[in-house]
Amino acid sequence: MAEVRIKDLHKHYGHTHALKGIDLTVGDGEFVVFVGPSGCGKSTLLRSIAGLEEISRGDIEIGGRVVTGLRPRDRDIAMVFQNYALYPHLTVYDNIAFGLRARKVAEPEISRRVDAAAEMLGITTLLSRLPRQLSGGQRQRVAIGRAIVRQAPLFLFDEPLSNLDAKLRDEMRNEIKRLHKEISTTMIYVTHDQVEAMTLADRIVLLRDGRIEQQGAPLDLFERPATGFVAGFLGSPSINLVPAKLLSRGAVRTVLLETGEQLELPPTHRVEAAEPEKPVLLGLRPQHLAVAGAAALPPGVVRVPTRAELIQPTGTRTFVTARIGGTEVTAEFGAHEMQGQDAALEFAVDLNRCLLIDPATDKVL
Amino acid sequence: MSFAATPRQRRIRLTLRYAVAAIVTVLFLFPVYWLFAISFKTPDEIFAVPPVWVPGELRLDNYLALFKEGDAATIWNSLVIAGTSSALAMALGTFCAYSLARFNTGGENLAMWIISQRMMPPIVIVFPVFLAFVYAGMVDTFHGLILLYTAFNLPYVIWMMRGYIADIPLELEESALVDGCTRWQTFWKVVFPMARSGLMATAVFTFVFAWNDFIFALILTRTEVITFPVQLTHYMGGQSQFWSKISAMSVLGTLPVFIAVTLLQRYLVRGISLGAVKG
Repeated sequence: MAEVRIKDLHKHYGHTHALKGIDLTVGDGEFVVFVGPSGCGKSTLLRSIAGLEEISRGDIEIGGRVVTGLRPRDRDIAMVFQNYALYPHLTVYDNIAFGLRARKVAEPEISRRVDAAAEMLGITTLLSRLPRQLSGGQRQRVAIGRAIVRQAPLFLFDEPLSNLDAKLRDEMRNEIKRLHKEISTTMIYVTHDQVEAMTLADRIVLLRDGRIEQQGAPLDLFERPATGFVAGFLGSPSINLVPAKLLSRGAVRTVLLETGEQLELPPTHRVEAAEPEKPVLLGLRPQHLAVAGAAALPPGVVRVPTRAELIQPTGTRTFVTARIGGTEVTAEFGAHEMQGQDAALEFAVDLNRCLLIDPATDKVL
Repeated sequence: MSFAATPRQRRIRLTLRYAVAAIVTVLFLFPVYWLFAISFKTPDEIFAVPPVWVPGELRLDNYLALFKEGDAATIWNSLVIAGTSSALAMALGTFCAYSLARFNTGGENLAMWIISQRMMPPIVIVFPVFLAFVYAGMVDTFHGLILLYTAFNLPYVIWMMRGYIADIPLELEESALVDGCTRWQTFWKVVFPMARSGLMATAVFTFVFAWNDFIFALILTRTEVITFPVQLTHYMGGQSQFWSKISAMSVLGTLPVFIAVTLLQRYLVRGISLGAVKG
């Protein structure tokens, strides 16, 4: 196991400033996920930790040892790649044993470790096959097996599930989570898929344009995003953003929609307002919109009349497209909530959980 | 408009296709067969009208004459020169290609400059090369021709191998580097085995280029280092041509390349098609 420390890491590709001063610590045994849109620098950061990219400035420490400038083979890490990176001319056994042979480990020990890893991953019967005879999921297991046998203190995963179909991706995600539980090695995982990030991570590091936008436990980022970008990135379907104005009259704060409706924020809402009138984006997660019944609504939940424009049942949930304040929003209901319901309906909007985003700074107020 | 053909039309089309294929095959193979046939014929059979399509008996006199008179040694000269220069060009060229493919050494300009060397017609530099060889005392020497063929084949090897190496996924090498290999180990354990088809295909073509060269061999050799294409011209006199010797020597000269291609054809097909289809 190893702690990873990254200090003021910068990386330039010619004139492009890919990483702009990354400061990060990954704890011993922690599972950290780097997530973000394409081009945000997450793979560059991972590859810099691996030593596959030369950094322009900064320091990297693994297990208390400064590894900046060291070759990948000297950093004692194991890596799983997106395209499996299995050697097509070697059998599964030889693929898994490759790294150990390169480091001159004795054959009996190699055999013991390969058998143990194969047993853990359920690929014992595949050891004599060539990679081309394996399915995508089996290949990825072999790639993970190759990392496990190294017994390295740090595992790096570079979008390992991107090439798999949805069902297989779910299966392998569980495998990886189970693996971390079993061997408790420090793991850094890169993905663009926020569902993978949310389900796998002890801590998420969300990157944007080469900087860390926010980091923290998955639910922390989901419920208390620091910026509109974080709020919009996490959550599927993504958060609805309705242009509005925040009006503050003493202790009373109201959100004025473009259609003229005014929604009073509950006093417990954490937003702090400095000006009497401030343009904001009202962030409403699809899960925080419900169909308002006849019964009285709890405090902080308001009725907003609307009209369902599109109804998309998926079997487990139903997605409804409607408008709030003139802006198109998506709501997520239970599977049967729209049955027998008119197109004209009332949303129960949970303002306790809404976010208010400053459109100028993108910060959540 | 209907594209469906009746069974009779399909049979006619198939017959026509086979007929055309047979004609083309005969057109291409007949000269090769004729060459073999002449090498076994007597002078009378060679010049007979109407032609003797199949030799009366398989006489080896023409071949024996080549060995007895020492002419067959030129095949050995060609083997040594083409073999050594090909091996050198492949070794040097593959490493250069790796540097270009993986480290982008010299950028695009260097790669283009290298292949542009191959676009120059050899005849253009025959005279300057001859003068340089005279100055360096390399005329009529093995190492002279080996050096020259290596230099001529290097651009081709670098260009071809650069493409084959670039086709190997970089992740495979990165995985090897992370797993504990040095660059050299990565090259030998990952790149070399994976580029095998390309290596074989390129090696065969490199060998054939060197084997078949005539102009440089003619100008830069005298008596010690005669290669087989030059030897062939010795049988073409002003007043007569020794067809039996020409054909026998040609057959002997074709054999090494024929054997090499037959042994390596599995790699050749894969190597050529790999180069053609780029993912």
